[in-house]
Amino acid sequence: MSATQTLTPAMQRQRNARLRRNTLYLVLIAIALVAPFVAYPVFLMKVLCFALFACAFNLLLGYAGLLSFGHAAFLATGGYFTGIMLASYPGLTPELGILIGTLAAVVLGTFFGVLAIRRQGIYFAMVTLALAQLMFFFFIQAPFTGGEDGLHGVPRGELFGLISLSDNLSMYYFVLAVFVIGFAIIQRTVHSPYGQVLKAIRENEPRAVSLGYNVDAYKLVAFVLSAGLAGLAGSTKTVVFQLASLTDAHWHMSGEVILMTLLGGVGTLFGPLVGAGLVVSLQTQLAQSPLGNWVSVILGLIFVICVLSFRSGIVGEVQKMVRKNFK
Amino acid sequence: MTMIFGVPLAVFMGQLMLGLINGAFYALLSLGLAVIFGLLKIVNFAHGAQYMLGAFAALLGLQYLGLNYWVALLVVPLVVGGLGMLIERTLLRRIAHLDHLYGLLLTFGLALIFEGTLINFFGVSGSSYPTPTALEGGLNLGFMFLPTYRAWVLVAALVVCLGTWFIIERTRLGAYLRAGTENSALMQAFGVNVPLLITLTYGFGVALAAFAGVLAAPLYPVSPTMGSSLLIVVFAVVVIGGMGSILGAILTGLSMGLIEGLTKVYYPEAANTVIFLVMILVLLLRPSGLFGKEA
Repeated sequence: MSATQTLTPAMQRQRNARLRRNTLYLVLIAIALVAPFVAYPVFLMKVLCFALFACAFNLLLGYAGLLSFGHAAFLATGGYFTGIMLASYPGLTPELGILIGTLAAVVLGTFFGVLAIRRQGIYFAMVTLALAQLMFFFFIQAPFTGGEDGLHGVPRGELFGLISLSDNLSMYYFVLAVFVIGFAIIQRTVHSPYGQVLKAIRENEPRAVSLGYNVDAYKLVAFVLSAGLAGLAGSTKTVVFQLASLTDAHWHMSGEVILMTLLGGVGTLFGPLVGAGLVVSLQTQLAQSPLGNWVSVILGLIFVICVLSFRSGIVGEVQKMVRKNFK
Repeated sequence: MTMIFGVPLAVFMGQLMLGLINGAFYALLSLGLAVIFGLLKIVNFAHGAQYMLGAFAALLGLQYLGLNYWVALLVVPLVVGGLGMLIERTLLRRIAHLDHLYGLLLTFGLALIFEGTLINFFGVSGSSYPTPTALEGGLNLGFMFLPTYRAWVLVAALVVCLGTWFIIERTRLGAYLRAGTENSALMQAFGVNVPLLITLTYGFGVALAAFAGVLAAPLYPVSPTMGSSLLIVVFAVVVIGGMGSILGAILTGLSMGLIEGLTKVYYPEAANTVIFLVMILVLLLRPSGLFGKEA
């Protein structure tokens, strides 16, 4: 045994991988900082909000193997709570409004999670879908959500009471900061010992149980975390667009976030970001074209194609290619 | 006038009847889902869309081909069921070896395609389908007025449900089906043509949905979105009942319809949501469902 420890090839590889990953993060952040001068900031903010939503969803499907068909409920709950708070208390700063919306989603996520993890697999998906539909009816009937019209004219306000967010550029950098925080939380979670246990549960639940892990507690924490981050995305979206509407609570939205994740790559960190970017661009482009009415048909077709022949998603396929050719 | 907890008897019975009709549809649809799930192990998210296709096929058949209600009741399930078999052969079969969640996602994509296409051609507002002349009018039962068509829907749905139960539990084909549900690889080793059985089963489940659609056409507005919201309620019914038992699916469907009807009488605000609330209660008290075997 030598005192000066030499690096084993495995450690060397790991170190290289971490170096590559950090370089990638820096490059991406640099691009994101310059992006609003090249592209329309409101579009970019929309992409970032949905990317955070999809990343949150992916934490659950990609790393815990739980398919939630009700994530729209958290997006909408975050959005509505933030909207109501900011609209009714003019003194409230936007970051506090977003915090309240996120907390509301966490509370709802705990409630949904406790119920849904009592069933597995296909039933889990159906339970979450049904619970989300319950919330949808609640939002329609509740006196404070504006029913079919939704909440309009939510003030963007001043960040920390200092920086006005009415300018799109400062709003963009705030959204970017929120996204980076959310992404960092997910990145840390996935690479932590906790994340490893989640993957073990995903791969083989009975084995994880027999190893002595309290599987339900792990799943619940993942569910609540995912719900909270989805709520954060919804809250931020409400501040950006100054409105909260029923569209966010509809089951189509739960389907869209699945599509974003599937298209980009389930269980990859960047997949949901790529998927959200593509789906939002596609929707924006189609809305202006004669094919505007066919959006949901086209999304359905992408769904079918993804499931039939593209299950690793774009990022997953690229990773596979890289692994095959550069080894 | 006789009152039941402050509600006139006729109103009470009328709502109960409406609830029972809804329940019959829940039963038919959850039965189809259960049959498909049993053998294919996938949740058919396109079930609502296939129900809607049944109603539309009846409507378009009447408008363009002059097919009357009775012909539609027979032909539409065959046509839509055939479409289902085509879907199974060309799409579902390719992903049969994968995690069953992919089946849910694929059929979800199909539901979006069907719904979106029909919205483009017919819009979201519904059209009405005329009640067949033989079933117009109604019976005065003394304590309530019973429209003939509603009585017919109830009888037809019950007959089809019980017929399905009979086929599955009491015939040779049904025995194959049940054996395939338990262990399809072993069945195939015994020389049963399992791929064909799977195609037929999916086709049958879809045909049940389409049959329900034709039954529903004269009752509810025929619109492209009529299936999706119904399907989510049916999912809740399936969670409540569990998909392990055929009779369980029928009973759960009917009783959830009744509960919904009762809620409409006493607390109409909750009528949309009461089934979801029952689902929450069942998940808390009996997580595997009322008739479920597996968790």
